Amino acid sequence: MTRFIGFLVVAGLSLALASGASAEGTLRIGMTAADIPYTGGQPDNGFEGFRFVGYQVYEPLINWDLTQSDKLPALVPGLAESWEVSKADPKKWIFKLRKNVKFHDGSPFNADAVVFTFESVKNKQAPHYDTYGGAQVGWRLAALKAIKKVDDFTIEIETPTVSSFVPYQVVYMLIVSPTQWGKVKDWRKFAEQPSGTGPFKVVRFVPRERLELEANRAYWDPKRMPKVDKVVLLPMPEPTTRLAALRSGQVDWIEVPPPDSIQQLKGAGFQIVTNKYPHNWGHILRLDKEPWNNKLVRKAANYAIDRVGICKNLLNDTCVPGTGVAYKGHPWFGNPKEIYEYNPAKSKELLKQAGFDGTTKRPARAVALISTSGSGQMLPLAMNELVQKNLKDVGIDVDLQPIEWNSLTQRFRAGFTGENAGVNALNISFNFVEPFSAFGRFFHSKSVPPASVNIMPFVNPESDRLLDEAEKTFDLAKQDAILAKVHELVVDEAPWIFVVHDLNPRAMTPKVKGFVPPQSWFIDLTQVSVAK
Amino acid sequence: MWRYVGRRLVLAVPTLLGASIIVFAMVHLAPGDPIAAILPVDASKEQIEDIKKVYGFDKPLPVQYLKWLGRVVQGDLGKSIATRRAVILDVRDSLANSLVLALSSSVLAFGAGIALGLLAAFRQGRALDKIASAMAVIGVSVPHYWAGIILIIIFSVQLGWLPAMGASSDGGLVGYLRHMTLPTIALALIPLGVIARVTRSAALDILNQEFVLALRAKGLAQRRVFAHVVKNAAPQIITVLGLQFGFQLGGSVLVEAVFSWPGTGYLLNLAIFQRDMPVLQGVILVLATFFVLLNLLVDVLQTYIDPRIARH
Repeated sequence: MTRFIGFLVVAGLSLALASGASAEGTLRIGMTAADIPYTGGQPDNGFEGFRFVGYQVYEPLINWDLTQSDKLPALVPGLAESWEVSKADPKKWIFKLRKNVKFHDGSPFNADAVVFTFESVKNKQAPHYDTYGGAQVGWRLAALKAIKKVDDFTIEIETPTVSSFVPYQVVYMLIVSPTQWGKVKDWRKFAEQPSGTGPFKVVRFVPRERLELEANRAYWDPKRMPKVDKVVLLPMPEPTTRLAALRSGQVDWIEVPPPDSIQQLKGAGFQIVTNKYPHNWGHILRLDKEPWNNKLVRKAANYAIDRVGICKNLLNDTCVPGTGVAYKGHPWFGNPKEIYEYNPAKSKELLKQAGFDGTTKRPARAVALISTSGSGQMLPLAMNELVQKNLKDVGIDVDLQPIEWNSLTQRFRAGFTGENAGVNALNISFNFVEPFSAFGRFFHSKSVPPASVNIMPFVNPESDRLLDEAEKTFDLAKQDAILAKVHELVVDEAPWIFVVHDLNPRAMTPKVKGFVPPQSWFIDLTQVSVAK
Repeated sequence: MWRYVGRRLVLAVPTLLGASIIVFAMVHLAPGDPIAAILPVDASKEQIEDIKKVYGFDKPLPVQYLKWLGRVVQGDLGKSIATRRAVILDVRDSLANSLVLALSSSVLAFGAGIALGLLAAFRQGRALDKIASAMAVIGVSVPHYWAGIILIIIFSVQLGWLPAMGASSDGGLVGYLRHMTLPTIALALIPLGVIARVTRSAALDILNQEFVLALRAKGLAQRRVFAHVVKNAAPQIITVLGLQFGFQLGGSVLVEAVFSWPGTGYLLNLAIFQRDMPVLQGVILVLATFFVLLNLLVDVLQTYIDPRIARH
C-alpha cells in the first residue's frame, strides 16, 4: 500500500513538473462558441464565427477597418481595390479586383473566384451550391441579384432595386478558392482543408476541440502581416471553464469573462478590454395588443428602467445604458426627443395619462419570453429580474417566462402567433452593424414575417419612407443623416424596451499586446502580439 | 454457458430497439429545433426548409425513425447537423476519450474503493473503519462536478500544476496524462465511495458466516481467511463494479463539461444544446449498447465465479 501511494505521488509530481510550454508567438483564445465555427467559407455561430474564423481565414471584397477604437469602422478596399455604382444604370455596380492575390492553396484570386463564391451561396442550381453556407449568409446578400465577370479583374453586381446598401452586404460574402473546392468537391471536406486569402490559414482542425491558424506569410497587405506565428481557437461555452483556462495559463485571451470575476482578474494583473459596439439588449414588444399597443405605456416602461444600476451593480461596468437602437455618439443616434433616463415619477405620470393609476388599475399582465442563456444575451435571468422589478415599481406587472436559448430563437422566428399568442414581449439581443440589421428588418412594413423579423409588427409610413430614401442615397453622410431620423422616430415610438448595450468584455494576460478593441463585432488579429 | 450467452444476446436486441425508440421520441418531443440552432434567426423560410430536407426533417416522425434505423443497421449513424461530420467519427473520438477516463477513474476507484472497504470490514468498529467509512460517505455525497471545480481552483489556478480544461494532445502523451489527471480524480470519487461501502458490507456478511468461524477454528492464518472472504464476496462486488464502469462511461456529462473533456458526456451536453439530433441518437445508442454488453459481461463473469447463478 505504501509503495502504491509512493508511486502515485511520484507519478503526480513528474506529471506536474513536465509543464507544457507553449510555442512562442502563439495566441490562444477561449471563445464563447460551443463549437468551432464552420470553416468552409460562410461561417456559422453568428458574428463570433465571422470574428474568429471568417475574417481571419477569408476576405470579402470590401473590408472593415478595425484599427481604431474611437470611431466606427469604415469600409475599406479588401479583395476589391475600388467600387462604384454605374451612373447610367444605378442597379449595376462595378468592382475592380485586386491583382496578385493568392489563395492559401497557391491558386490566384480573380473574377472567377468571386462568381464561384456568389454561386455557392445564392444559386441552388450550381453544382457547388453550399446549402449550409447559403443559409448562413444568403439572407444577408438580399441586394445582390447577380454577379457577372467583365474581365479577369472586374465584376459587375446587379441589384433587384436601386440600393446603396450593396457595400454593406458585400462585406459578408467571403471569397473561397474554386481550385481547392475542385480538389475536394465537397463542402465538408473543404471545411477541413479550407482555402481563402485571409491573413491566417488553417493548419489544424480538430472537430469540436480546436482550430489552429498559422500566419499567411504570403498575405497581400504588408500592413496587416500577422505579428504572431500562430493562433489557437478553443471553443469554451462555459464561462467558468474560460475563466479557469485563463487563470491557469492555458489560454492568453478569453471572450466574456463572468462579470463577477472582473475585479478579481484586474487584481491578479489581467487586462480587461471593453468598448462600445453595435449590440442591443432589450425587449421587443407586441404592438397590436394590450398593454403595449399604447405608446404612453411603452414610454412609461422605458422611463422605469434603472439602466445605470443594471450596468454598475449587476454587470460590473461591462455594459452601458441603452436608450435607443444605437448608442449616443453613433452616427445614427441623431437627436431623439426622449432620452430614457431612470425616472419612475415620469413613468407613473405617463401611465396615469394612459389611464392606469399604477395601484388599483395596472396595465394588463404582460408576458415576456426570456432565455436562460445564449449568445449575446449577457446575464438574461438576473437582468430580466431587475427589469421586472423596475416595471413593477411603477405599476406594470410582467410575467417572465424563461425558456432555453434554442427554443427562444425558434419562437422568435415564429413571431407573436401560435405558441406565442399569449406572449407580448420577447427579450433578445441584436447587432446593428449595417442599415438593414439596425432598422430595415425591424422597422419597415415590408419586413413583416415571413419576409423578415418585424414581428411586433412596427408599421409606420414615415419610417418606411425614410428607410426607402436611405437605401437610394449613395452619399454616406447624407444616408447616415436619414438613418438618424429613422432612429429618432423609433426612439419616440418606443416599440422596444431599450435596456443596455454590451461592452464586449475580454480578459487577457498582460503578455497580449497591441489589441485595439474596435466598435465592432469583428476584430483584427493581425496587430496582436504575445510577449515572451 | 454458450446457450446462456446466446439467449442474453438475443434479448439485448429488443432492449436496444426500445432504447432507440425512447431516445428518438424524447429528442423530437422536446421543445426546440435542430435547424434553429445552426441558422441565423433571419434565415429565410425557404432556406430553413432546404436544410430540413437535407437532413430529412421534412418527413413524418415514424418515417424518420425507420430511415434512421435502416441506416444504423448498416452501421451508418448519419451526419451531425452542427459539424456535418459523420456521427460515427464524433462517437469514435469522444468514446475513445471517455473510455480512457472511465478506465483511469475506474482503476483508481476500484483499487482504492476495494482496499478501503476491505480495510474497514476487517477492522470493523475501530478507528480505521470509521475513517474509511467517512471517506466513503464523502465520496458518495460530494457532487463530483463541484469537486471538479475545487480541484481546478487548487491545482490549476492556485498551484498551476495541472491544466484546467481540454484533452489537448499538444504535449504528446505527457500532455494528455496531465490533462486527464484532474477529471480522473473527480470522476473516481463517487464510485470510490459506492465500492468501498458495498465491499465493506459484502465482506462483513461473509465474515459473520459460520464457515469463517470454522476456518478460524481450524487455525487458518488470517491471510488465508482473507482470501476466502474475498472470493466469496467477489460476485456481489463484481456486479457493482460492472454497473459503476457503465456509469463511468455514460455518467460523466457534468465532469466532462466542467473540464471540457471531449468525451461522450461533453458531446451529449453539446448536442443537447445544439439540438444535434443525429449525434444525440448516435451517442445514446452506442452508450446503451455498451451498457447492455457490459451487463452481459458481468453476468458471464459472475456465472464463471459462481456456477449456481447460471442455473437460476
